[in-house]
Amino acid sequence: MALTDIWFLLIAVLWTGYFVLEGFDFGVGTLLRVLGRDDTDRRVLINTIGPVWDGNEVWLLVAGGATFAAFPLWYSSLFSGFYLALLLVLVALILRGVAFEFRGKLDSPRWRTTWDWVIVFGSAAPALLWGVAFGNIVHGVPLDAQHHFTGTFFTLLNPYALLGGVATLSLFSFHGAVFLTLKTTGEIRGRARILSRALGGTAIVFGGVFLAYTAVEHGGWAWLTSALAAALLVAAVLFATDERDGFAFASTAGAIIAVTFTLFWSLYPNVLPSTTDSAFSLTTTNASSTPYTLQIMTWVAVAFTPIVLAYQAWTYWVFRKRISRGSIPAGGGLPVVRR
Amino acid sequence: MSALDLARWQFGITTVYHFIFVPLTIGLSFLVAGMQTAWVRTGNGKYRRMTKFWGKLFLINFAMGVATGIVQEFQFGMNWSDYSTFVGDIFGAPLAIEGLLAFFLESTFLGLWIFGWDKLPKKLHLATIWIASIGTVLSAYFILAANSWMQHPVGSIVNPATGRAELKDFGAVLTNSTAVGAFAHTITACFLTAGMFVVGISAWQLRRQKNADVFRPSMKLALVTVLIAGLGVIVTGDLQARLMTEQQPMKMAAAEALYDTVAPASFSLFTIGSLDGSQEKFSIRVPGVLSFMATGTFDGRVEGINNLQAQEQQAYGPGEYRPDVPVTYWTFRLMIGFGFLCLLISLVGLWLFRRGRTPRGRWFFPVATAGLALPFLANSVGWIFTEMGRQPWSVFGVLKTADSVSPTVPASSVLTSLIVFTLLYGVLAVVDGVLMVRYAKAGPPPPEEPAAESDEPRPAAFAY
Repeated sequence: MALTDIWFLLIAVLWTGYFVLEGFDFGVGTLLRVLGRDDTDRRVLINTIGPVWDGNEVWLLVAGGATFAAFPLWYSSLFSGFYLALLLVLVALILRGVAFEFRGKLDSPRWRTTWDWVIVFGSAAPALLWGVAFGNIVHGVPLDAQHHFTGTFFTLLNPYALLGGVATLSLFSFHGAVFLTLKTTGEIRGRARILSRALGGTAIVFGGVFLAYTAVEHGGWAWLTSALAAALLVAAVLFATDERDGFAFASTAGAIIAVTFTLFWSLYPNVLPSTTDSAFSLTTTNASSTPYTLQIMTWVAVAFTPIVLAYQAWTYWVFRKRISRGSIPAGGGLPVVRR
Repeated sequence: MSALDLARWQFGITTVYHFIFVPLTIGLSFLVAGMQTAWVRTGNGKYRRMTKFWGKLFLINFAMGVATGIVQEFQFGMNWSDYSTFVGDIFGAPLAIEGLLAFFLESTFLGLWIFGWDKLPKKLHLATIWIASIGTVLSAYFILAANSWMQHPVGSIVNPATGRAELKDFGAVLTNSTAVGAFAHTITACFLTAGMFVVGISAWQLRRQKNADVFRPSMKLALVTVLIAGLGVIVTGDLQARLMTEQQPMKMAAAEALYDTVAPASFSLFTIGSLDGSQEKFSIRVPGVLSFMATGTFDGRVEGINNLQAQEQQAYGPGEYRPDVPVTYWTFRLMIGFGFLCLLISLVGLWLFRRGRTPRGRWFFPVATAGLALPFLANSVGWIFTEMGRQPWSVFGVLKTADSVSPTVPASSVLTSLIVFTLLYGVLAVVDGVLMVRYAKAGPPPPEEPAAESDEPRPAAFAY
């Protein structure tokens, strides 16, 4: 296996980790105002992801950094080509990040409601946009002979990519709802369970069509992993209905792994195909760094990834308990004094 | 404005803004860790209240640093794609390693610290804030190694076949003398920043004679921090100035608006008139000091801008190799000036607070509170100097900024993102400012009451 292939695989693994982990916290954020009937409810929801969302987001930063280091041409063409779409992602992630910290800082319903909606937007927008982005990456975009993107923002809004966006949004929402059945108690848990059935159906429909479309275009292994993803989504709905929340969550996580691998499998050996002329496509070989850089990066990854996985897993163990309305302390926000 | 100018403005605005929060995060994480250590070791409740109070301000600031940091990694590819293609083989690795080694550590262990007060044993909980602090320093090292390679590109060659820079010796990139100097200078400045932050807020509280049991020890700790860090900033700054003279002589000459090569060179404290080399109306100069800063001796020869411009033209072809002299001249001076003022405040403060005393005259408190702005200003102008002084290069002697910009991103897109970021950051600055001031004024939590024994499940010690 060539080093470039190893790095393609590692970047696929990083995106998979990102989607599995941040997928559920995007889902929880998206459903904040649907499942949270009052402020205590909403605080329960936010606190299910409170200790972990930031660590989950780092998977994206490492995926981005690894792409820069291992495939600089991919990073350059992708990030400059998808400019305005990434601007939207950035705005969403910036707002979302401060929203979790700021929301409870002032004791005012208006303040908290504003940040609630910021969390909803900041979670739903990237959940949708990452699907749009990957739809475009897998299908290809117009690249010229220098591998420069020659389209516009609207080139990215094609039906296949938009379908990908709806698929990831529904998939992450489903994943989030199932996560909540695992992490909450009482009425919230019940509501999350009921909603998870509907979201499971939506994820199966949109995810299924998106994957079928992908498999028709790329064939081969994509059919197998797509079928696996579909089967896991159906299993997740059944487990959730049966109140086997752990199995349901493992199934949605497995489905996201299968979906991400379908996408990367379909992409390989390209990293950004050109729809203008396949000779202009960026591939694992023509976009890569030198073997020396890839070697160093491989050693660093081999040495440190297990450590990271170990302490992240430990965090989930520390915060394994379900969160109920009773575990939410009285609001700590400062009073807002009207002058 | 061209896409290039807009992209430069955007990089400047987003990076300076991000770096308002970063030094405070780094410095304050260690101070809070120290306070919590004092609590764990002594069991004295005042240290717990100190930890809680400064910890809350630390977290508000940390959230802003994290949120604005994501842009930093993305915008190389978005606005500077030719740069990214050219340097990716070298520059990408420290960024990726920063994420893997540092960001995971910071985010995961701060999550454990914030929510772990009643879920982890006391000492393990204390370890989480120390580990997160170490993460912030690791992060600083890798990003400064990346930046230092732009200032002084070592361990690499340009492959004429691909037209891209290639890594030859990663050890050389990590042990770059520029990186070591920049790291030492930046980290000492981080402690200076956190120290002045604690001095300023403690002064506000002490002036109103509130919570002296918390803010007196905070003040003492911070004054000592500023003193030690301030001396460190001077020593490391001196080291950096010498490296700069050797590696980027044009930057040193521009910092002084020194047009003609001289030996010995005097240091201009202040000047009135134009800085274009044609005339100098008025200037206060200290003889020999520039020679000392640049070379380590009071009569060393310092190259002038005109001479260096001719040399660089010979080496790199015709073109403009002079950075913006007024900007470099003033930012260099202001950085040093703001830094020395911090040191002065700490010396005065240590004298006034010596041996259990509390200043009777009230003038020190508002001065110290106003001084809170100084390190932030010094950090900002320091980086503006470092980056503007390297122009027209993005990688010194190798790649020009004009050749770094994304060739296919239209100016309208860059303008859109520039406006969006500026507005968003403006709004967040107001929100962050309001929260910081309110929480600083609110003071520490009351002394803890012993929890009543009961079988009822108790709410978590902390929740969002």
